[in-house]
Amino acid sequence: MASEPNDILNEVTQSEYKYGFVTDIETELAPKGLTEETIRFISSKKEEPPFMLEFRLNAFRRWQSMKQPEWAHLNIPPIDFQDIHYYAAPKKRPELESLDQVDPELLKTFEKLGISLEEQKRLSGVAVDAVIDSVSVKTTFSDTLAKHGIIFCSFSDAVKNHPELVKQYMGTVVPAGDNYFAALNSAVFSDGSFAYIPKGVRCPIELSTYFRINAANTGQFERTLIVADEGAYVSYMEGCTAPQRDENQLHAAIVEIVALKDAEVKYSTVQNWYPGDKEGRGGIYNFVTKRGICKGNHSKISWTQVETGSAITWKYPSCILQGDNSVGEFYSVAVTNNYQQADTGSKMVHLGRNTRSTIISKGISAGRSNNSYRGLVKITKRAENARNFSQCDSLLLGDKCGAHTFPYIQTENRSSVVEHEATTSKISDDQLFYCQQRGIDTESAIGLIVNGYAREVLSKLPMEFAVEAQKLLSISLEGSVG
Amino acid sequence: MTATTLNHAETFDQLFKEKLPVISRNDLASLTRLRNEAIALFNQNGLPGSADEKWRNTDITRRLDLDYTMHHEDFQSNLDVEKIFACEVPDLDTFLITMVNGWYAYRNSALRILPSGTIIGSLGRALREAPELVEAHLGKVARMHNNPFVALNTAFASDGVFIYVPDNTVVTKPIQMVNVVDHHENLFMQTRNLVIVGKNSRLELVHCDDSHNHTAGFTNTVTEIVMGDNASVDYYKMQNINDQSTVLHSAWFHLGRDARLNSHAISLNGGLIRNESVVTLSQPGADANVYGLYLMDKKQQTDNLVFVDHAAPNCTSSELFKGILDDYARAVFNGHILVRPDAQQTAAYQSNRNILLTDKARVNTQPFLEIYADDVKCSHGATVGQLDAEAMFYLRSRGIGEENARMLLMYAFAAEVIGKIGIENLRDRIDDLVKKRLRGELSICDQCVLHCSKPDQPITFDIDMSKI
Amino acid sequence: MLLHINDLHASINGKEILKGVNLEVNAGEVHAIMGPNGTGKSTLASVIAGREVFEVTQGDVVFKGKSLLDMPVEQRAREGIFLGFQYPVEIPGVSITNFMRTALNEIRKYRGLEPLSGAAFLARMEEKKKLVEIQSKLTNRSVNEGFSGGEKKKNEIFQMAMLEPTLSILDETDSGLDIDALRIVANGVNALRSTDNAIVVITHYQRLLDYIVPDIVHVLYEGRIVKTGGKELALELEEKGYEWIKKEMEGR
Repeated sequence: MASEPNDILNEVTQSEYKYGFVTDIETELAPKGLTEETIRFISSKKEEPPFMLEFRLNAFRRWQSMKQPEWAHLNIPPIDFQDIHYYAAPKKRPELESLDQVDPELLKTFEKLGISLEEQKRLSGVAVDAVIDSVSVKTTFSDTLAKHGIIFCSFSDAVKNHPELVKQYMGTVVPAGDNYFAALNSAVFSDGSFAYIPKGVRCPIELSTYFRINAANTGQFERTLIVADEGAYVSYMEGCTAPQRDENQLHAAIVEIVALKDAEVKYSTVQNWYPGDKEGRGGIYNFVTKRGICKGNHSKISWTQVETGSAITWKYPSCILQGDNSVGEFYSVAVTNNYQQADTGSKMVHLGRNTRSTIISKGISAGRSNNSYRGLVKITKRAENARNFSQCDSLLLGDKCGAHTFPYIQTENRSSVVEHEATTSKISDDQLFYCQQRGIDTESAIGLIVNGYAREVLSKLPMEFAVEAQKLLSISLEGSVG
Repeated sequence: MTATTLNHAETFDQLFKEKLPVISRNDLASLTRLRNEAIALFNQNGLPGSADEKWRNTDITRRLDLDYTMHHEDFQSNLDVEKIFACEVPDLDTFLITMVNGWYAYRNSALRILPSGTIIGSLGRALREAPELVEAHLGKVARMHNNPFVALNTAFASDGVFIYVPDNTVVTKPIQMVNVVDHHENLFMQTRNLVIVGKNSRLELVHCDDSHNHTAGFTNTVTEIVMGDNASVDYYKMQNINDQSTVLHSAWFHLGRDARLNSHAISLNGGLIRNESVVTLSQPGADANVYGLYLMDKKQQTDNLVFVDHAAPNCTSSELFKGILDDYARAVFNGHILVRPDAQQTAAYQSNRNILLTDKARVNTQPFLEIYADDVKCSHGATVGQLDAEAMFYLRSRGIGEENARMLLMYAFAAEVIGKIGIENLRDRIDDLVKKRLRGELSICDQCVLHCSKPDQPITFDIDMSKI
Repeated sequence: MLLHINDLHASINGKEILKGVNLEVNAGEVHAIMGPNGTGKSTLASVIAGREVFEVTQGDVVFKGKSLLDMPVEQRAREGIFLGFQYPVEIPGVSITNFMRTALNEIRKYRGLEPLSGAAFLARMEEKKKLVEIQSKLTNRSVNEGFSGGEKKKNEIFQMAMLEPTLSILDETDSGLDIDALRIVANGVNALRSTDNAIVVITHYQRLLDYIVPDIVHVLYEGRIVKTGGKELALELEEKGYEWIKKEMEGR
């Protein structure tokens, strides 16, 4: 019996990526390499106003003076930034009135992903802004949203149609020179999503974007900006899937969230980029800067992520709790298998009084992977009565993987309370035996236990996502090793 | 010897070149090679700055800005050692080793051999009289890569304490090492201690740092403790130094099969105290408990770095560090448990708890876990907070005044660590000192911390917390 | 008169919980305050003891001729007020022995008495422990840490015995107790009854009053004492339930 879980682990280790296929759409590429010219090319391709070019060039100059960070518990092979296409767009931008006009190849892709726009529109009432290689091709439900005064569109469209909003908020949460990858994104970002929820509006549907890397050797640099005005509420979902590629692909995205007084933003991610094969070849480098600011009093930002993909993940969705009584939350399940590496966690910076934050992180390591939680909780002098609770658990499947916890706690205020707890465990033989005795096979038992282990986080996902996330957990560990 | 600021790596290099003949006068060839290697490593990395993860929250360079004097050879202090230590520590019967200003007080006397075969003496002496023992272990436990101060110490240190406990020997009396700093200049002292505890042997070691006057001493001490199979060591590090002084103490423990370590770092006063405890559990069955307590106020700072390396299966480790910070005081905790591949059946626990009494006090805590084996039980916790409001109300509702209620709770908070002290008389003494410290009555007394409570100067408390 | 509460209004975070409580307690009396959950019973106990989260907006609490409202909690305790907590807090590291010795000596000091000698204190501990059948080793443990529900409540009554208060307020002392523990706790309380002191028992159920028989029973409802009677009122409540009171109040 003892060897049985190992057999299953091996089997899982050998499972192939389910979403590995390439969509055959003609693409338009920028020449490889990164210079001021590349940036001017991107900006002019996108017919951007001068302030955008200025923003990009400034970021580029900052980036040139910076070094790739090395502090994470990651082994990152050298990246040749001059060997990457910084712009790839479907050649003919479809201008469509109905889904019938969408490139059938594209529709097939979505079907394979299980997110057919038809399905989505008819059944789930989810507005989807699908992004393929950085350029938004189709936005649905804009009419419904327009009625409420909600703006939900591609970043490029926002630059064209709402430059004042973009100008006001872009780069205020993640400054152009925030870090190496953020600077890179700020210089070359191709497209992304933009959402603005006006004062007092509760967005009636879940907003959602699927990102997809398609063209070979293209970096994906999308940028998302969500602004919730006073008293507004929005739940935003982001899903990612990349086709199988042999060469590593760089993904350096930025997400900025601004929550004004009494506003609430819930941001959910299911990240399933190509993780590389079982020998550790290929896979996405996912270096993402996600940050939200609770600017107004009583505002709330909640991050939920299920991370199963990418060869290397480097991301720390964060909250700056500036408004008094504001709340930040981070719920995460991160699965690494084979040779995947993840260094992920959160930062909670308490500036306002009575601010509260919660961090729940569940790491699951299998194969020869390394999975690290890294998180900062900072309580500043002014943040009277601030509270943080962090719980970071690790589950190890097999004896060749690593699970690490790197919390940083900084407190400068005596009325605050910060608590951090972490445990590391494996699935015990007793648990397995108990399940088996009740007639559950080992594979299902492991799946059951792992899903139970992650439940606290999965339950935070919107319904539409929770089902997919559960499936993904099973697929990444082949329906057994969660 | 002129005083000079040491805030430049080059200064050390220059000093080294100049003084090597003096520093290495007792050296074996291998040790001189080690010194050269050490200074090369130091030159490579320089002094640690804020970019260094393990020094990010402690600005050591500012402490080096002062003008310091470094003595590389015997220098006579005017301190009358005999007089100071004339009074015996009541109730605590120890074998006393005195260091004065970083130098072994009786360094000219031969190594002392106790009836049990235990050897005690100065490291300088041991280099001459027991070179094979020293050579086998010195510099083998303390790693100077990525640790500039260990490298610096290895390059410069030429004196310290040497203790050798042969196999199957129980040293019945605790050995107490006291380093007294008393000099008119600001001294920069680098001491190197080597403790070897043989198979099945047992040693209790009390290690005290004390300053006598108010000059700004800077101590960079490295202690290597090698423990054979089934050896048992209780190690107590006590620090009560003045607010101008800096103490860096790097203790390296290497545990053999089934060896047992209890280490305690009690910091009561000090300008900057950094205690590094690096524990390597090299063979199955080893067990380490690493405890710490720090009570800081004014602008004092402590920095505890604990690295526990589970390099073999079936080992256990437990860390408990607690601190109370008042005024502008600052505490840093860097904990790191490493469980290497194949170190299965590991149980490791790590806890850091802090209480802030003011809004100016600060805590940075980083309790890390790095785990490469699956059949392990590891957990850690860290908290920063204030005294429990519910508990305060409960105590006050029973008629206890606010000030005393705070004192009781603070004491109770600290008592968990004090309770781990295995030598009863020492525990009682430290218990007293902590109470005194919490009441603000503990000063840098003109004698060793263990001499504070003399019979003619009883310590009194409003709260009678004596055991009934 | 020992305790005189006059038109007491108290609120928490701006929400008024007590809306004009009047209560008089004389030495030698046992009062029971009953009522449905959430009507202010525990608030009343907390306000008398001096919990700072509650704001007294109107009225007064006079104990032995002195107003309690401006006194900090410990001074009230030294004056002779004892609160038996519904949920006694765990205080790791503080042994019951140290805790009681500190409290007792501070109270004695306040009253101008000499501190008890170690031997006298110990003797008193032994005597009072018997009262609530507390195991000797329990007092060496930290206050309430890892205690069972029954042990916590016994510990409360033990402390009451140690400190000899003039007015004891026992807040839901019966909650979470099995019948044996309840009997022990009640016996302890009964043994402490005297003509010089008074006890106010706060409870939701009549069960406790079978063991601690009250002289006077009050019903607290929506922040006011709406009914006062003899011990038979408790039985009536047990029979008819609180719905009866609610209806009667709404009818008014």
